Amino acid sequence: MKIAIGSGKGGTGKTTVAVALALAATEPVQYLDCDVEEPNGHIFMKPDLKERMSVYVPVPCVDSALCTGCGACSRICQFNAIISLAGTAMVFRELCHGCGGCSLVCPTGAISEVDYEIGFVESGHAGAVAFTQGCLTVGRAMSPPVIRSVKQQANQDLLTIIDCPPGTSCPFMASIKGADVAILVTEPTPFGLHDLTLAVDTVCQLGIPFGVIVNRVHKPDNNVTTYCDQKGIAVLLQIPEQRSVAVAYSWGDSLLMASPELKPEFQRVLEQVTCMAEGEAV
Amino acid sequence: MKLVITTTGQTLDAPMDRRFGRAEGFLVYDLETEVYTVIDNHQNFQAAQGAGIQAAQHVVNCGARAVITGHCGPKAFRVLSAAKVAIYNCEAATVADAIDQYKSGHLKPAQSADVEGHWV
Repeated sequence: MKIAIGSGKGGTGKTTVAVALALAATEPVQYLDCDVEEPNGHIFMKPDLKERMSVYVPVPCVDSALCTGCGACSRICQFNAIISLAGTAMVFRELCHGCGGCSLVCPTGAISEVDYEIGFVESGHAGAVAFTQGCLTVGRAMSPPVIRSVKQQANQDLLTIIDCPPGTSCPFMASIKGADVAILVTEPTPFGLHDLTLAVDTVCQLGIPFGVIVNRVHKPDNNVTTYCDQKGIAVLLQIPEQRSVAVAYSWGDSLLMASPELKPEFQRVLEQVTCMAEGEAV
Repeated sequence: MKLVITTTGQTLDAPMDRRFGRAEGFLVYDLETEVYTVIDNHQNFQAAQGAGIQAAQHVVNCGARAVITGHCGPKAFRVLSAAKVAIYNCEAATVADAIDQYKSGHLKPAQSADVEGHWV
């Protein structure tokens, strides 16, 4: 069972919820931090990270002696990462997505692929929770290869909590791909609702069953619950706004340390989303 | 010899475009015949990345030996330099003014990029 935690808007509590779910689980669980541009689940989970591996993207390397300057590489590249000049080709490896198209179309075999390091993946344990996170190197632009590496390191047999990056673009898609069910976390603000609708549209297109958790709730009836009622979306949990939670957060303590009474609630959410995932499969 | 001037319009009296990679278009001017054509750059205008690189490729492909623009970033500069295309940063109001400044020798070739990428 793979549960992806997404949001649309940043800073709504994805990591807070993902950590709480991992800590509340009653079966063996792993936590994957796919928010590789700013992985911060480790601050709350405090894992003992023992393994580390680099992540590479294959980028083109041009042999000028073989290049005829025909321009086939430049025409196939959708990212302007390789261009053809008189008699040779110039590579901008920081723009390359590593698709390999240029080396396939090169008629003279002038293009080989070389590894370009863009980040790393670390693994270990936080108590009983298996923990893996990815980290994109500062100055590199492409996080999906690092995210895919995080997911490749995962144990396919464990209950898996995927902490996704915010937004609905490639990093989010790379993170949520293959999930059995999704939980979208948002806050009851105009911005939280607006970006939730984007995330809902995205997850619906992917055909992944999902529910919503509302964080920092002042009133049980709010703009997000109204929207979810209209759309027939399950509101799985509403987390009340509490100063004690913010204080715990600022010290790197988990939500369940500040509000242990929520633990059974998160266990219920795990059961509920498991049913949603299985219902979808049938 | 052909010159390329980044432009916002279709004629010599059009305002220059200060941008290179995301210029609206490129006016290709033949100094010998004084004939010009305009290359549309709208596809590049909306490129997610690599606009300067692709724009430089256009310039190289059209056979120009010099570019007059407002600003040029590091990647475009690298491509144009490798293709031995001279780059002139210019504040002229119109394309015609820029060509006049070039002809009268007022412009000096840039020795490096004068802005970071994505400077707008």
